[in-house]
Amino acid sequence: MEQRDSELVAALRAGDEAAFARIVREWHPSLLRVAQIFVPSRAIAEEVVQETWLRVLGALERFEGRSSLKTWVFRILVNTAKTRAQREGRVLPFSALNDPGRIPEAAVDPDRFRPEDDERFPGHWSSPPRELPEERLLAAETRRHIAAAIDALPATQAAVIRLRDIDGWTAEEVRNALDITDVNQRVLLHRARAKVRQALEDYLAPEGKAS
Amino acid sequence: MIDTVALSCQELVELVTDYLEGALEAGDLRRFEEHIAGCGGCTRYLEQLRATIRITGTITTDDLSPEAERTLLAAFGDWARR
Repeated sequence: MEQRDSELVAALRAGDEAAFARIVREWHPSLLRVAQIFVPSRAIAEEVVQETWLRVLGALERFEGRSSLKTWVFRILVNTAKTRAQREGRVLPFSALNDPGRIPEAAVDPDRFRPEDDERFPGHWSSPPRELPEERLLAAETRRHIAAAIDALPATQAAVIRLRDIDGWTAEEVRNALDITDVNQRVLLHRARAKVRQALEDYLAPEGKAS
Repeated sequence: MIDTVALSCQELVELVTDYLEGALEAGDLRRFEEHIAGCGGCTRYLEQLRATIRITGTITTDDLSPEAERTLLAAFGDWARR
């Protein structure tokens, strides 16, 4: 167990409410995203997160620190969410998580490239990425568009981009928490980032306007 | 893929995440870098992907609702006094 992790576990076991409140707040958005992979609505995902924390408290004395506390909490969340999804009679999107490569998905619209039978440059850009105005990249409005683009992603992709690019998790942490392979983690991240980039281009440099 | 065949732009955009994750094998990495060095469109694509990651990292969303937080803190209090 990492030093900070063991201190955190000790604080929780000693009944330190501030320490508990901090992780409950800090991990909430990510827990919610991951729960939404399995259950059909945001409201049920909220309930799953609540139930997860109660289970975490119930099991905390038995936590041995073989994984990080965070990974352990997310594993409990995934199990809780799967159980809840079964109760809701929902067909689990196992393939979306465990075999995303089975359904091909292009990072960029194929129409933006020259056709395969092009005589000189098959597969090269016919409509290259449009220039983005640098000064608007970090505007609040741009961030809202990106947040909306993430909300519109399939739940598995939204969860992976959230954990990697907002929370700054490593690929390995995401793999462990979601119990997916290295390749599938990358496929999901790739698709998520490609769509968010497209949304950024569509918003900041809409087609048909000179950049 | 045969090692000497150059990447098309359409192939390159599908390798960008593997490239950023350091997951390309040596042959693909070399082809990727050779292509990028001579292609303005793909250079811009890679830059925009990096910008996307940077901006995504600044987003804050989905705060815990006050009532959910109260419920959990009460549960924690009960648990701590068990």
